[in-house]
Amino acid sequence: MTAVTSVAPKRGRNVELALLMLAIGIIVVAYINVELALHGSLPPDLLYLVGGVAGVALIFHLVLRWRASYADPLILPIAVLLNGMGLVMIHRLDIAAGRSITGGLAFKQLTWTVIGVVIALTVLITLRDHRVLRRYTYTAALGALILLLLPLVPGLGKSAYGSRIWISVGGFSFQPAEIAKILLAIFFAGYLVQTRDVLSLAGRKVLGITFPRMRDLGPILFAWLISIAILVFETDLGTSLLLFGLFVSMLYVATERVSWIAIGLTLTAAGAYVAYLLFGHVQRRVLCWLDPFSPEGVDQCGQITTGLMGMASGGLLGHGLGQGRPWLTPLPESDYIFPSFGEEIGLVGVFALLLLYVLLVERGMRTAIGLRDGFGKLLAAGLAFVIALQVFVVVGGVTRVIPLTGLTLPFLSYGGSSLLTNWTLIALLLRISDHARRPVPDVDPADISSDTPTEVVKVA
Amino acid sequence: MNTPIRRLSWLAAMLFALLLIASTWIQSFGAPGLNERPGNRRTLLASYNVERGQILLDGNPIARSVPNNSEVKYQRVYSQPQLYSHLTGYQSFIYGTGGGIESAMDATLSGRDDNLFYRRFTDQIMGRTPTGASVELTINAAVQKAADEALGNQRGAVVALDPTSGAILAMVSHPNYNPSQLASQADGVSTKAWKDLNADSTQPLQNRAISRLYPPGSAYKVVTAAAALDSGKWTKDSTLPGPAQLKLPLSTSTMANSNRQACGPDDKVTFLVALQNSCNTAFGWLGMQLGADTMRSTSEKFGFNQQLDVPMTSAASVFPAEIDQPGLALGGIGQGNVQSTPLQMAMVAAAVANKGEVMKPFMVEAVRAADLSELSRTKPEVLSRAMKESTATQLNEMMQAVVTNGTGTRAAIPGVQVAGKTGTAEHGKGQAPHAWFIGFAPANDPKVAVAVVVEDGGRAGTDAYGGAVAGPISKAVMEAALR
Repeated sequence: MTAVTSVAPKRGRNVELALLMLAIGIIVVAYINVELALHGSLPPDLLYLVGGVAGVALIFHLVLRWRASYADPLILPIAVLLNGMGLVMIHRLDIAAGRSITGGLAFKQLTWTVIGVVIALTVLITLRDHRVLRRYTYTAALGALILLLLPLVPGLGKSAYGSRIWISVGGFSFQPAEIAKILLAIFFAGYLVQTRDVLSLAGRKVLGITFPRMRDLGPILFAWLISIAILVFETDLGTSLLLFGLFVSMLYVATERVSWIAIGLTLTAAGAYVAYLLFGHVQRRVLCWLDPFSPEGVDQCGQITTGLMGMASGGLLGHGLGQGRPWLTPLPESDYIFPSFGEEIGLVGVFALLLLYVLLVERGMRTAIGLRDGFGKLLAAGLAFVIALQVFVVVGGVTRVIPLTGLTLPFLSYGGSSLLTNWTLIALLLRISDHARRPVPDVDPADISSDTPTEVVKVA
Repeated sequence: MNTPIRRLSWLAAMLFALLLIASTWIQSFGAPGLNERPGNRRTLLASYNVERGQILLDGNPIARSVPNNSEVKYQRVYSQPQLYSHLTGYQSFIYGTGGGIESAMDATLSGRDDNLFYRRFTDQIMGRTPTGASVELTINAAVQKAADEALGNQRGAVVALDPTSGAILAMVSHPNYNPSQLASQADGVSTKAWKDLNADSTQPLQNRAISRLYPPGSAYKVVTAAAALDSGKWTKDSTLPGPAQLKLPLSTSTMANSNRQACGPDDKVTFLVALQNSCNTAFGWLGMQLGADTMRSTSEKFGFNQQLDVPMTSAASVFPAEIDQPGLALGGIGQGNVQSTPLQMAMVAAAVANKGEVMKPFMVEAVRAADLSELSRTKPEVLSRAMKESTATQLNEMMQAVVTNGTGTRAAIPGVQVAGKTGTAEHGKGQAPHAWFIGFAPANDPKVAVAVVVEDGGRAGTDAYGGAVAGPISKAVMEAALR
């Protein structure tokens, strides 16, 4: 017993620092690469830029040492690397489009990055224990609902690219659904931790699978209806899929019952089919998914086909940053940033990017497994899975695995709301992972009230 | 809760595996197909950044790329754009490649072809600027020019072949167009030209020589005659029925000769004279006697019912899969549902000239690297044997009679024995017939085989007869080829 406790637990902060240096090194090389390819010389602002990025990352690192010293050491470097690579690509597309440094999208993205990091640090500093969030279960639900409905408010919401998912305040555009996904994860975690027993035990067995009672179906039907409502009124297939997928997966984690997945998939299939029958834009998406090169597809699927051609022209190794033609694809810096990378850094490069996401998701799942409280487990698993799901919906859409829906790729795509949300999400994961990896659990009133009191066993 | 979390991780891993597989497919195995898709701007833009290969005629470029002072590094220049429009085709910055060698040999010209892999690799290692390969054509400039001038402002097409190899010596389609306008990078020039050309009802962008199907009319009687002679039941001296009118079975209509008279005394005519004077009733009768299977298999041995890559892909000439007795009578004289490209009819003449063997027609003589060293050369290939050698010998003699004493005297060349067959193809009530001539020369040692079609009788209009309208064009082309 004493032998075990005497081993100093690994915090991993030095590993994190080394990985951060590596991430910053890669970003700087990529930036120099772009500048050399497009301007033939080293960028004059190189030192400022390196200093700025390294400074932001370093401050984040120091705050972790101070406030979450046991946090997972891989999460921050991955987020920094993805965010930085996104900035490099957006900067490269700015140059191609003839936008100046200050008037360009990269500058805005950089601003949003700083804001995102500040918010993330605020969360880390003020939120000392993630279990506090459980108190705000229903507040989060209300907040999410309001955010989701905001784009429908006349005068506030606006339509872009065929979807009404934006709100516009004082010249700033914002996608509230992005933030709603974190609030919903908090709500689902809080709600399911309370009700998991009744949801997982009561029910009737049909064909070996236990199906829930009708009255317990309420929440899943409610979530489904919200998703459908988003689809119908805001015509946002991607968010609708994302939120419903998040709910079903968390429901499964809470109850361990496969029947929930079966019900979820059935509802998704039914909803998707009805949407296909009712809406022209859904039919068009399906056509462009199944057969974009067909005679009727050629006129309508230009985005997906040029994206595919961009990736194809990149081949295994890519043209090199700054040497392809990613601007030929519409929206090359947001929804289609993945093909932009495919064209310039090749299959090898997109493999690396996807594996970064795999690692990030895996660290989140590991955090969930390492935790002792049900709420934290559900929240961490939900947040990790929502990253996986979002990457799948976006990249799967552009690579024709599933119909194209239109979401941002976390950290890489241009978009303020997306960056803010994902940095907040990272802050939550870091906070939870700090708790999960801390060797001796603090005895804490909140812990007693959680659902696993039997685990708090103190010997001597 | 750890078990479902582990399972959820596996699910996430599988989702990512799907993305990895899809990306791998798109960027490796599926990439060549996507890169070659028509309308791929990236491939087009990339092709403008390497010096595209030339299209050469006897070593002289008829299409070449010259350096440009703009963002696009090269500009395509055509030396005689109208004359060679249907051979070169065009390379347009907006509309891609099309219309001829530019698109059919695009991979070679732009240097993307897999056969050029080694070359590309060594170029990179040696630090040479990669360039496309050049394409040398079999076209003979003099013959092409003669065909173009003889056809003049009439709509139609001319094809001249070397019957012993299948090499295409001339290919003219009128009206033609100016590919330089489509290649222009000046503002609006190519878009205007493209719009005008596509709106033009005479379809100048279409290469009539290989893409348009015409009823071959009496020129097709050569095929019917080959089938009949090959069967062994008839020789050139056999007697055939040749009444003024032939009653068609299963219908009330009749087939008549063009002069409304019988082809010979007692409604009888020898095979040779029947061809010489283009006796419809005799060949209608032969078509029915030979039957659908024989007629179809002979036609297909000449190349009907298949597309050919010369390397531009030709339309498949048609002998119908289903044909009844009246249809066979009409088919025997090249009417009804029988349709042919001018290239196919040139192959018919060439087959007789080449003792019964049809050579595969081709237009690319050789592919050359930028330093003009030869990368590959086309070897003549036999496409099929259309008829026995003895049949070809008899048919040669019969076709000589057409030019010496028959309907084709206008194609005769002093001092050269020419063999040929005329055609006057009806294609709808009230419309002037298409004028045809197919033939070869010199008859005893053929050097050139020709097919000429002039749409709607050309300048002669409704008074057109194949021999009178198309014969002189063939004469001009043959003279140029034999000079």
